[in-house]
Amino acid sequence: MEYIPNILFFLLLVAGVGYFTKNIRKVIRNIKLGIPVAINDHKKERYGNVARIALGQSKLLKRPISGALHAIVYLGFIIINIEVLEIIIDGLLGTHRIFAFLGGFYDFLIGTFEILALLVLVSVVLFWTRRNVLKIKRFLSPEMKGWPKQDGNIILYFEVVLMGLFLIMNSSDYALQQMEAAHYIQAGSYPVSSLFVGVFDAMNQSSLIIIERTAWWLHITGILIFLNYLYFSKHLHILLAFPNVYFGAVTPKGQFKNNQAVTAEVKMMMDPSVDPFAAPAPDAPPSAKFGASDVMDLSQIQLLNAYTCTECGRCTSECPANQTGKKLSPRKIMMDTRDRLQEVSKNMDANAGVFVPDGKELLKDYISQEELWACTTCNACVEACPVSIDPLSIIMDMRQYLVMEQSAAPTELNVTMTNIENNGAPWPFNQMDRLNWAKE
Amino acid sequence: MSDLLKVPTMADFMAQGKQPEVLFWVGCAGSFDDRAKKITKAFVKLLNNAGVAFAVLGTEESCTGDPAKRAGNEFLFQMQAATNIEVLNAYEVQKIVTACPHCFNTINNEYPQLGGNYQVMHHTQFLKTLLNEGRLKVEGGKFKGKKITFHDPCYLGRANGEYEAPRDLLRKLEVELVEMKRCKTNGLCCGAGGAQMFKEPEPGSKDINVERTQEAVQTKASIVATGCPFCNTMITDGVKHQEKEAQVQVMDVAEMIANASEL
Repeated sequence: MEYIPNILFFLLLVAGVGYFTKNIRKVIRNIKLGIPVAINDHKKERYGNVARIALGQSKLLKRPISGALHAIVYLGFIIINIEVLEIIIDGLLGTHRIFAFLGGFYDFLIGTFEILALLVLVSVVLFWTRRNVLKIKRFLSPEMKGWPKQDGNIILYFEVVLMGLFLIMNSSDYALQQMEAAHYIQAGSYPVSSLFVGVFDAMNQSSLIIIERTAWWLHITGILIFLNYLYFSKHLHILLAFPNVYFGAVTPKGQFKNNQAVTAEVKMMMDPSVDPFAAPAPDAPPSAKFGASDVMDLSQIQLLNAYTCTECGRCTSECPANQTGKKLSPRKIMMDTRDRLQEVSKNMDANAGVFVPDGKELLKDYISQEELWACTTCNACVEACPVSIDPLSIIMDMRQYLVMEQSAAPTELNVTMTNIENNGAPWPFNQMDRLNWAKE
Repeated sequence: MSDLLKVPTMADFMAQGKQPEVLFWVGCAGSFDDRAKKITKAFVKLLNNAGVAFAVLGTEESCTGDPAKRAGNEFLFQMQAATNIEVLNAYEVQKIVTACPHCFNTINNEYPQLGGNYQVMHHTQFLKTLLNEGRLKVEGGKFKGKKITFHDPCYLGRANGEYEAPRDLLRKLEVELVEMKRCKTNGLCCGAGGAQMFKEPEPGSKDINVERTQEAVQTKASIVATGCPFCNTMITDGVKHQEKEAQVQVMDVAEMIANASEL
């Protein structure tokens, strides 16, 4: 009988971690639907980026208010998680505050957790106000209506509940310690929860134990639920930001990727020994698709980008097209990519792991041509992203599909391209007149 | 004036069995656009004045393919790149300077993978080296003390991280350099990039160049300096849109230096 809580805890932990693992494996499977990219270059620079951009939050802090609030929640998240380790060990072994033997250092730790918990609570309230009361433009974009808005708020509510339970748990524990209740070891310092310990004055020991235990169990259960909520929300960035920054581009932003499939075609065209009428060899691979019209045509890094995006909208608020009222929103490009990938994922789950064509595509069903053609390729979105996401590369891949597979460029661009082809300039001027300026 | 311009071609140099110090890649705008041609000429005057043995490709130059690539026509881009690389490699070109950030970016970043490896410089970077080497004199002249703001071309700034070369040159002109709110890494595009120069914008509430020019006008600068022929066109149009032609001029950094020295 006395081991029932331990067994219950073990089962809870296995269920929580197990379901999360299952979904993370799904994320990995889905990312692998993309075109593989071999990255084993610039290791030093990449780790430097992880340290500076991901761990150091250098890009987030470019906007001081939201940056500072985020830094507090981030620090709180990382540091308070040390406490989760203790909770897990206690839960499995049936001990209480097993790290108490650390003495003064333990007091310091718990004290720090409490102060951070309070700061997180304050930050989260301010975050909620920014999202729901202040009219901050990037939270009001059309793509933020409905679920994305709700999702953002749910995450904040989770944080409030978790921090609240943590403080209630500590406060009641502190009250029990003062009563010298059995099993409640005298340990920790409680700079925040001691402030409202008076609430428990009138209670007897057994009710206090019920409150302490309830808060303890709800707190760890809440953490496990939150962990599993990540997959269904925009919040995976707390894990994926790190690999995403690692895989972020280390080349100049102006360097757009070279399309190898096209290089092969151009080489063949320029090779006089190639027989233009030759039938393809029977075992020849099917000709490559130029550009991207669906998630499977994107690279694994672009799909990782989509799962990493936490919809902060800094890209969109910097986008010149968006700022001047065009439909394009780089954040929506990322959200659409993820939504379509999740749709493909559900399709695969329903069909024994094989994708059955559903007549839909990322292009047109999610992202319109109007959005794609509004981009000036200025890289403001790429620069703005605090976790090195590259929405521009997806826009470019889709433009390639539109132009090279569908001949669907805007008319004026077709004229421009014809000019380049015929006279080597985007305007209808003769190449032989190129040096006329020197004589004018 | 123009009879003073010395513009030798690569073919001229080759005929003499010589190599120029640098190839000046003029670009389509610099060759054909009336406004951009003035920038080209100003830069050539500076090169002549500094005694730089440069050459142009002349009629052998062709579009780098930047607008084609950004419009999604990778095929046309690579055809252009292959042709240009063949010409450049045949002349054994080592060093290229261009007054167009789009040409600069394409040749510098996208040609190497297709077999074109050169040292490429934007003209503001090149002018700064000339200045450092003592070959070019930059003095305030008529710009001394004037309020000037610099618009960062995306393909020079964010795309390639060059924010200081043009500003250093402007400081040498002893101007009062004022920054727009959105500058350097946060600079706002003029609206021309990604082949937008050649098409009408998508429906919206405002044109990007108007948004950008309003910001420039707010600085109360008398000159908006830039380093890109396309930015120049877009901002000039934006100034006209606001009917501020009398108060605000749009100039390339090279033009300002040439003007200051009354070249």
